[in-house]
Amino acid sequence: MAGSGKAHLRDGALLTVEDLVVEFPAGRGRKVHAVSGISLDVLEGETLGLVGESGCGKSTTGRAIVQLPKPTSGSVRFEGRDLTSLKGNGLRDMRPVMQMIFQDPISSLNPRRRVGDIIAEPLKVWGRGDADEREKAVRDVLESVGIDPEQAVGRRPHQFSGGQCQRISIARALMLDPKLIICDEPVSALDVSVQAQILNLLEDMKARYGLTLIFIAHDLAVVKNVSDRVVVMYLGKVCEVGPPDSLFAEPAHHYTHALLSAIPVPDPTVVREDKAGVAGELPSPLAPPSGCRFRTRCPAAQDRCAAEEPLLREVAPNHYVACHFPLIGGPAPAHASVAADAR
Amino acid sequence: MTREHEIQVEDAYEGPVVQVTDLETGFKTPRGLVRAVDGVSFKLDRGKTLGIVGESGCGKSVLSRSVMGLLPSTNVVRNGSVKFQGRELVGLSGKAMRKYWGTEMSMVFQDPMTSLNPVKRIGEQITEGLRFHLGQSKDDARATALALLKSVRIPEAERRLREYPHQLSGGMRQRVVIATALACGPRLLIADEPTTALDVTVQDQILDLLQAQQNERFMAMMLITHDLGVVAGRTDEIAVMYAGQIVEKAPTSVLFAKMKMPYTEALMQSIPKLDLPSHTRLQAISGRPPDLVNPPSGCRFAARCLYAQDRCLDEQPPLMEGDTPGHLYRCWYPVGTPAGEEALNMNLRKNRTAAGLKAATAAEGVGAIPG
Repeated sequence: MAGSGKAHLRDGALLTVEDLVVEFPAGRGRKVHAVSGISLDVLEGETLGLVGESGCGKSTTGRAIVQLPKPTSGSVRFEGRDLTSLKGNGLRDMRPVMQMIFQDPISSLNPRRRVGDIIAEPLKVWGRGDADEREKAVRDVLESVGIDPEQAVGRRPHQFSGGQCQRISIARALMLDPKLIICDEPVSALDVSVQAQILNLLEDMKARYGLTLIFIAHDLAVVKNVSDRVVVMYLGKVCEVGPPDSLFAEPAHHYTHALLSAIPVPDPTVVREDKAGVAGELPSPLAPPSGCRFRTRCPAAQDRCAAEEPLLREVAPNHYVACHFPLIGGPAPAHASVAADAR
Repeated sequence: MTREHEIQVEDAYEGPVVQVTDLETGFKTPRGLVRAVDGVSFKLDRGKTLGIVGESGCGKSVLSRSVMGLLPSTNVVRNGSVKFQGRELVGLSGKAMRKYWGTEMSMVFQDPMTSLNPVKRIGEQITEGLRFHLGQSKDDARATALALLKSVRIPEAERRLREYPHQLSGGMRQRVVIATALACGPRLLIADEPTTALDVTVQDQILDLLQAQQNERFMAMMLITHDLGVVAGRTDEIAVMYAGQIVEKAPTSVLFAKMKMPYTEALMQSIPKLDLPSHTRLQAISGRPPDLVNPPSGCRFAARCLYAQDRCLDEQPPLMEGDTPGHLYRCWYPVGTPAGEEALNMNLRKNRTAAGLKAATAAEGVGAIPG
């Protein structure tokens, strides 16, 4: 699980993250290695899917991009400006262009305020428009997310269902005309029927407002549905990057393969012979394994995996993997990796 | 002594482990009676698994608690019949039910952290039931607990017995919960969303474990979930619930091959699938479930259904049997029948169902939702 390695980065991206490291102090001089040197980029108008199990660092990555909190090291360049070097008003000026949508739609709305006020708040904070203009903007955005403004503006969040609250959160995120929206598990708390409504809505909003999305989720099928490019993460590192169709049809990393084969398929006639269950549990992020971080649970692990950290390299068009012995593309040549202690 | 005698008598019992008939469970609220479970019937034999599928608020969890008799004694209305090994449970006092809990029927809940006591060691929590119900000595109970932890494949079981729940990962905790539930050898295991709080790889391990334990012990199992994928490969029969009722029930392979209820079809279509290319438009179900204080007089799904005709609004369809034995559904215009096809095509042509839903655009998922 190298994640070190930038073979997958492209020119002219809207957002480029390089060597992002996020560590949290854990007492007694120990550190939680939440994100350990990952690089990724997003082109304008693209949806980047960030997928992995709990504790892999996907949410931390999303938050570090908007500098909440600032990453320990690494760079986050948005339209050429390095956000990590910005402070105070410089960083504040960048806030409207990057918005977030969170997992729990009900707790991300203030229960004591009316929906109309919640959605108008970003405009008030930034002093945009007068009262009439703001009211019109609120109505327009509510209508576009499929909520009747006549009934909604005067009500409070508890009077809406989870799906409707998520629509309201999306409306609020759209108010300042952002370029990038980071969606952190936006549909995990919703029922499947409502989940489909919200996924469709996000696709519509993306087309209508010209948005770029980073979509963080643990559900591979959901990520596949919305993404143009998928990044699979494991224990703070990147395993595999690729276009969703080929990545899911032909995973190159043993971890991606294991994840895919663990998904329950809603079809009783499917009998999985190639079930590649992963043994054991996620190692502690306090003391991650040397070399490839997945080696302790990987069926193909060898001595080299402990000694050398694999680098991301292209195994198929646009399809990158950080593995010495991937499922496609043959083993990595010796020079494509760095010694583990050089990490 | 009496206890052993009792068990022998029950082993001779040949019928279904659980037989539920017209079970109704409602909660008294200031707004009126919330009919969370409204006329549910099913039976479950030894060694079989029944999957109960539905969205939040459809009554699946209340059903499981009503079967177990785990509901509060005040402000709850519980009618109908729950026969366990031939004996009626509805109307029994909490004291009488204690004889069943743990030893005859037990439950695995969704969140393993909250269902374990955080200030008691794992060993104590598992042995509690063994000592209380089976009257085992301290040493015997400990030996049984150790064997149980090994059977649910917990590594270093000896050490784990002395640990507290917070020292274990989510998947390990759920294994402990399963071990506790299995400790006294129940005949019925109810697993209520046992893997919803877990990651997919761990979910897979836990579901495999439940299945293995069920086969080994020849228990009856109810697997309650919102995920059709979870029940697909692991149940003998599936009941789909909507607004407090079973709307379709069939052997698992029949249900997936020939679903008849438009709700089941809509649920299937709204799931993103891995074998579809990315950016495939999902067919969402518009609107939301009805209010269970005043459920509609006709079919409860009619307002959201693409097949809905006038009859669906007026007359509630009974649970009827289709051409496959054991396949029950509640629909006047079932999916895949000439009547159903005609109803759907007519609605799509008019772009309007009898309930006023824009049929052709509804599947798109966007559009104002009546507040």
